[in-house]
Amino acid sequence: MQKFWAVFVARNLEFFRDRSTLIFNLVFPIILIFGFAFAFPGGGGTTFKIGTVGEAPAAGSASDVAFLHYKNLQLVPYASLEQPLDRLAHHQIDMVIDYSKGEYYVNDASANGYVLEKMLLPANSGKAAGAVVFAKKTVTGAPIRYVDWFIPGVIGINILFGSLSGVGFVIVRYRRNGVLKRFKATPLSAFQFVSAQVLSRFFIVAFISAVIFTGTDLVLHFRMAGSWGLLALVNALAILCMISIGLVFASRIKSEEVAGGIMNLITWPMMILSGVFFSLEGTPRAMQVASRAFPITYYIEASRAIMLDGAGFAQVAGDLGVLAAMTLVFLAAAAALFKWE
Amino acid sequence: MIKATPILEVRDLRKSYGKVKAVDGISFAVREGSCFGILGPNGAGKTTAIEVIETIHDPDSGTILYRGEAVARSFKENIGIQFQDTSLQEFLTVRETLELFSKLYPRPRPMDEIIADCSLEEFIDRDNRKLSGGQRQRMLLGIALVNNPDLLFLDEPTTGLDPHARRNFWRLVQGIKAQGKTVILTTHYMDEAEYLCDDIIVMDHGHIIESGRPRELLLKHFGEAVIRVPEAAVPAGAAFSCPAESEEGFVSLTCADTDATLRELVAAGVDLRGVLVERRNLDDLFLKLTGSGLD
Repeated sequence: MQKFWAVFVARNLEFFRDRSTLIFNLVFPIILIFGFAFAFPGGGGTTFKIGTVGEAPAAGSASDVAFLHYKNLQLVPYASLEQPLDRLAHHQIDMVIDYSKGEYYVNDASANGYVLEKMLLPANSGKAAGAVVFAKKTVTGAPIRYVDWFIPGVIGINILFGSLSGVGFVIVRYRRNGVLKRFKATPLSAFQFVSAQVLSRFFIVAFISAVIFTGTDLVLHFRMAGSWGLLALVNALAILCMISIGLVFASRIKSEEVAGGIMNLITWPMMILSGVFFSLEGTPRAMQVASRAFPITYYIEASRAIMLDGAGFAQVAGDLGVLAAMTLVFLAAAAALFKWE
Repeated sequence: MIKATPILEVRDLRKSYGKVKAVDGISFAVREGSCFGILGPNGAGKTTAIEVIETIHDPDSGTILYRGEAVARSFKENIGIQFQDTSLQEFLTVRETLELFSKLYPRPRPMDEIIADCSLEEFIDRDNRKLSGGQRQRMLLGIALVNNPDLLFLDEPTTGLDPHARRNFWRLVQGIKAQGKTVILTTHYMDEAEYLCDDIIVMDHGHIIESGRPRELLLKHFGEAVIRVPEAAVPAGAAFSCPAESEEGFVSLTCADTDATLRELVAAGVDLRGVLVERRNLDDLFLKLTGSGLD
């Protein structure tokens, strides 16, 4: 018991005297709590999702659609009809209302669309003269399962953690326990060492991602509307980008506890704000802007576009460009900052 | 075969960490084929000094010459290093670990020679995490030898080993010396320095406070031997030609010639029963030089 207590006290002293670790352990949960509070201000889920195009009539005006002010309806504005109609066809939203043309769209195979239409029709029928009466249009299409939509996110999370911990965390551990110092005593250059780490981890993460995907695909038969080659390219760029982030934060840190704190700081916001678990449509504008800072956002966007919508190179070129640019920036930063000790 | 030109020469080397002068203007030369010992207590600056020489850290000032020329990038290919504390990549066998380091050098030594020189046969295919202290040090020595270096740095290589493992390690180092390699050794153990080293320097607070060959230094500071005579056996009024002092019930005579001093004692009528003839060692030298023991 005496030995236990001595070790317990010593460990606590070590933790509280390590200011960096202490700050990360305190600040990160606070940021997380505020992040959730900001992202989900209403505190509840949304039952129906309605896409809108054009300017909505003034509240209380003759053309106003009263039920759109009900609770638990999420209105997602779009600039044009093409995107929301595609999403309606895949059951990712439940109805589209085009204010400018006075039309509404439903998918006849959608149960939520049927319910929304029943709520819309009474308001439509008893309108005063001059008010907009919405005309019905329909689209067809089978629903996309949540798992089809979610699988790029799962692979993205695997890439995120596999790359950051496999490169960043390991290099920090090597630095702390003297492995890097031992290598420094040899003719091995820092560039050679880091390159070997990057390549090794690239292979491992790519292999594991492929095993996860193909293994689950055997049972779940994911929707794959696009090119396998293009999907592989997106994955390869995403892995390189995440590894390069790992290299940046591992370039100088000596403490594994600080590294763990930084990893949490990087990974949790990425998981929450990059659309891994839920669509960012309809979320607060600031959250959508913040999501553009994370490489995993571009990875998920491009992967979903390829797998669900059959997007080609031209459609995902922007995402690929951002991933490539981020990779180069992070690699350059890591090369400039890296120290053996 | 010891050559006249130093294989390594250090001139006025300095290295500070903040306000602490870890190495404060040391100079020395190492003869090729010799074993050169750097002695000193914890914090004396031994490890900092050799890690600066190994180019692990940059010096603040000073010159390091390898075979008469400033150290170049290729210096790392000519030296072998065994650090005081080191970790290795895990989940590798001893053989795989040696092969990993062998591949980092342009002209590695054949693996069989390293295995034989460091007596690694019995655990060559064992996980490198599952070695005893002595086995681990032998493996680390093997890693330091993978490039067949001319100059080998051993930083406290036997710290923490049991006496048997230490003796085994000394035997390996003697074998390496016999191949004509130069060894620079830091150690806490004075018996180790006396057994292995041809030349030593003693460091304290970043300075060299003494240097020379161990035997010559002991002669210089303590004479050939210390003869301890029980005070009761010394006749009243007896006087001796060598320095004498009383301590713990004995008269201690520091003599340059043991035979002459013993004859002098007989002539003075000293009863030789109970007389002790002791040889002082480097530990005593360090106590004398620094006023503190090695810890």
